[in-house]
Amino acid sequence: MSRFQVVSGKGGTGKTTVAAALALALATEGRRTLLVEVEGRQGIAQLFETDALPYEERRIAVAPGGGEVHALAIDAERALLDYLQMFYKLGSAGRALKKLGAIDFATTIAPGVRDVLLTGKACEAVRRKDKQGSFVYDYVIMDAPPTGRITRFLNVNDEVAGLARIGPIHNQAQAVMRVLKSPETAVHLVTLLEEMPVQETADGIAELRAAELPVGRVVVNMVRPHLLDEDALRTASGGRRKEIAKALTRAGVTGSAGLVRPLVTQAAEHAQRVGLEREQRAVLAGLGLPMAELPLMGEGVGLSALHELAEEFRKQGVGDETADAAGQTPRGGRPRGSGRGVGS
Amino acid sequence: MTPSTDVAAGLETDALLDDPEIRIVVCCGSGGVGKTTTAAALGVRAAERGRKVVVLTIDPARRLAQSMGIDRLDNIPRRVEDIEGDGELHAMMLDMKRTFDETVEAHTDAERARAILDNPFYQSLSAGFAGTQEYMAMEKLGQLRARDEWDLIIVDTPPSRSALDFLDAPKRLGSFLDGKFIRLLIAPAKIGGRAGMKFLNVGMSMMTGTLGKLLGGQFLRDVQTFVAAMDSMFGGFRTRADATYKLLQAPGTAFLVVATPERDALREAAYFVERLAAEEMPLAGLVLNRVHGSEAARLSEERALAAAENLESVGIVDQAAGKAGLGDPADPVAATSPETPESPLSPEHGNEPSTHEPPQQEPHEHDRTSDTPAPHGRGDKSSDPSGPPTHTEADRHDTPATDTASVQVSVEVSVEQLTAGLLRLHAERMQVVAREQHTRDSFTTLHPEVLVTEVAALPGDVHDLAGLRAVGELLATGSASTPAGAS
Repeated sequence: MSRFQVVSGKGGTGKTTVAAALALALATEGRRTLLVEVEGRQGIAQLFETDALPYEERRIAVAPGGGEVHALAIDAERALLDYLQMFYKLGSAGRALKKLGAIDFATTIAPGVRDVLLTGKACEAVRRKDKQGSFVYDYVIMDAPPTGRITRFLNVNDEVAGLARIGPIHNQAQAVMRVLKSPETAVHLVTLLEEMPVQETADGIAELRAAELPVGRVVVNMVRPHLLDEDALRTASGGRRKEIAKALTRAGVTGSAGLVRPLVTQAAEHAQRVGLEREQRAVLAGLGLPMAELPLMGEGVGLSALHELAEEFRKQGVGDETADAAGQTPRGGRPRGSGRGVGS
Repeated sequence: MTPSTDVAAGLETDALLDDPEIRIVVCCGSGGVGKTTTAAALGVRAAERGRKVVVLTIDPARRLAQSMGIDRLDNIPRRVEDIEGDGELHAMMLDMKRTFDETVEAHTDAERARAILDNPFYQSLSAGFAGTQEYMAMEKLGQLRARDEWDLIIVDTPPSRSALDFLDAPKRLGSFLDGKFIRLLIAPAKIGGRAGMKFLNVGMSMMTGTLGKLLGGQFLRDVQTFVAAMDSMFGGFRTRADATYKLLQAPGTAFLVVATPERDALREAAYFVERLAAEEMPLAGLVLNRVHGSEAARLSEERALAAAENLESVGIVDQAAGKAGLGDPADPVAATSPETPESPLSPEHGNEPSTHEPPQQEPHEHDRTSDTPAPHGRGDKSSDPSGPPTHTEADRHDTPATDTASVQVSVEVSVEQLTAGLLRLHAERMQVVAREQHTRDSFTTLHPEVLVTEVAALPGDVHDLAGLRAVGELLATGSASTPAGAS
């Protein structure tokens, strides 16, 4: 499985949660993962119930088997100053640039520079090795911008490489693009079983493919339980209301007569929903991508729910294929990192 | 519908839409809460109440555009057919690049305009990087308002990472275009290293030197050319950004914050409410979208579950019949594929027979809708111990085939099982209702002053004008105490 896992999805589909659960799931068996955030919302900190993340990598959770999840909120401005420092030893000149508004310009206005910095920082983490030559992180998981912007976000380096035709930004952009377009990367799209998110997912996949970016899985999130058989429901809405009323009374429900109609109505709504979900499932199946499904977490997602979702990912084999995929991934114990070169 | 207990007052949507003083309604909120649909539904309703309305959408789903009878929305307001009454509805979709181009063309002479439009830097900028969409949405709003052709402009806001971006981006772009840095950038183009400007040039060459190294000389030259060409317009940009900002503060503007009754969406809504107050922008109220209710609310979750258990313990007697009738997934040699994909159906029935699964293990006695039912619902979830052990990689990746289940269902469900199912379904609904109420209460505690209207959750998406009309009706009646449950 690819070492750089990018998680996108329509707004409201829970991509941050999915990214976090994935980071946990991939951290089992002593692996180390890095979960990165690029939109400055501090969604990861909220999920893991920790303080706001600074611009520095820190451990935020442990996974079963001694794995670790680290997190980083990438800040474009800091990343830019890092680069300047790295390339030019700028020091105080960096502050001068900031005062002039140059940093602001570069990180918020200049086309694409911001995105280059964000993806660049993430790719740096993907490629980083320790002194022994092992990868510092087995996986880097990115909570990426939403589906509508993901292709542009990832592909911006191409554009920037074209705009800035020489210089470090150009080189950086090209290096990032090599990682992003390689099998080293997988872009997952999170959706719900609803029409608009599914449509957007289909569109997003088409865009990613057109840009030759590697599409990973479709993750169906917040899947609700199917509690009742539709055919049974059809019967229910038919002639069995009196029987149902009697059954309710037998079960100790008082005033059952008035309840039958609303109960049957709710069931009909449920059936309609199930039907719509089935249609959307068929559409998703037609996309021909591997899928994963996560259940709806009733009480909202906190730390314990995250672990449950991670477990769900593992049950569905997300992360195993990893190990199977050409032995690319390290397995087992503490010594992290496979030491496999990936090159960029 | 949840009885809206301690909400001080409801939001009077119709009064808002009818108010001739109100010329702009801005719908904002985090992604995925139904902003665009809300904007369109408000547009339909306002038009059918006699106003001449234009709806500016930012990034509408194709189906939504079609629901207004327009195949492709573009940068020009198109009249929506089949609006009842004397009003008019026009709809459009923001085309960022087009709007930016028009702005350039409108504010400079043809030659300069050409120079700008051809500039590679401009082309990237206008294609929509950080803030451009937000800036152009506000620019477009200003243009529409200036034309004064409509009684009411309803505007959707861009799907930003944060709902607040559209307030900040124009200012940011405006202040950048006016800023010191850009002055420095254009300096060489203007003064060309003339004598006597040494002082400035030293700073400048350090700057451009650094940037040149970083970005490449060509890029910097593109920027400089662009900036020089734009020079004549800077004042205008700033002025218009300021004007639009003031327009948003004016009494003729009303903000509607849209949210679903979920923690994240309402948290974002709360931020937004606070921010609007800080910016002195007029908040009309909160649209609480996709709210669940129940007409059988007097039957509590606990009682429903207890009753379901009662019935199921009776039902165990004739379990065999029930299961046969359902094409039971627990039957490993059933015609369907091992995971019995879409007998979405009846976890209870499905699972009871497999005795090693604790049968009445209250799917959601505590909070979590999720833990039990999901695996049951779809037998393919590898977790389900009752399922046959056939979890291959392929299984997981496949979407369950769709219609296998209904095939051999001959519906012999006992009335006990059926009723128990209805009760469990009701319990689930009550749980959702309680959770939403709780989330909502936390918001109300923070912001009791915010007027609210509720829109009941619809089972499906909106596809046509009738659907938008229905949402409009819900928007208008959602503040009344007890409308019918979700329909």
